[in-house]
Amino acid sequence: MRKFVAILSGLLFGAGLSIGGMTDPARVRAFLDIFGQWDPTLAFVMGGALLVMAPVWLIQRRMEKSFDGTTFDLPATGTIDGKLLVGSALFGVGWGITGLCPGPAVASLATAFIPAIVFVAAMVAGMLLHRVAIRP
Amino acid sequence: MTIAAFPNAMPIHGLVGGLLIGAAAAIFLLGSGRIAGVSGLFARATGIAPGRRDGAAALFILALIAGAALVNAISGPIEQTFMDNWPVLALGGAIVGFGTRMGSGCTSGHGVCGMSRLSPRSIAATLTFMVFGMLTVLVMRLIGLGG
Repeated sequence: MRKFVAILSGLLFGAGLSIGGMTDPARVRAFLDIFGQWDPTLAFVMGGALLVMAPVWLIQRRMEKSFDGTTFDLPATGTIDGKLLVGSALFGVGWGITGLCPGPAVASLATAFIPAIVFVAAMVAGMLLHRVAIRP
Repeated sequence: MTIAAFPNAMPIHGLVGGLLIGAAAAIFLLGSGRIAGVSGLFARATGIAPGRRDGAAALFILALIAGAALVNAISGPIEQTFMDNWPVLALGGAIVGFGTRMGSGCTSGHGVCGMSRLSPRSIAATLTFMVFGMLTVLVMRLIGLGG
């Protein structure tokens, strides 16, 4: 069940990123380029995803366990601290430079292997650097 | 459908893609009780995250790649324009890797799952990476480092 859920949601996620144009870094950068030729497509992607997910949380709240029988493992909606903001700001800078965030970058391994591997390999290096530099 | 003011926009494609992403996150949440945040799942799939390597996360990541491949196979190649300056592309990738770990999430975890849950942390994170993304694109255009 757990494996089936992971495969099904992964497939839908990858297909959605591709259909929504999010695997095109030029399009994502055009969304972030509010002072240039702005392309609002990403706002429709975000809107569509939020439209589905918002009511799902109402269902989740009424469930004791997930469908595979495990308890929900959700992040505590805790405080807004410096780590969250500095990390998010850094992510935003990298996202703006490349037009890539983790989902579309990994999905692009299927379709644009060489540039995607350059990005993903560097992303792994950045994640490892964080693990070494900042103790969890 | 096109929007006159934004000739490059693909609103229908965007909406359909977004609905699929939302469905994926919904199935993952209700089916396995966890947030479909790609940076976190990637870190758990590869063993970068502390703790045991997560097999289900690895399946999600492989299926994500397969999903994109499937669309490409059915509809023909999707338009993808990467920057051709590879040192800069790699630098950006490293910053994304470091930043998503430090900020505990990316566009999927904070942007889709957290925002729809009205998590103040995720709303703050999303606003922050949106603003810094926009500023970065502006600065890059001003110094002549385009796509």
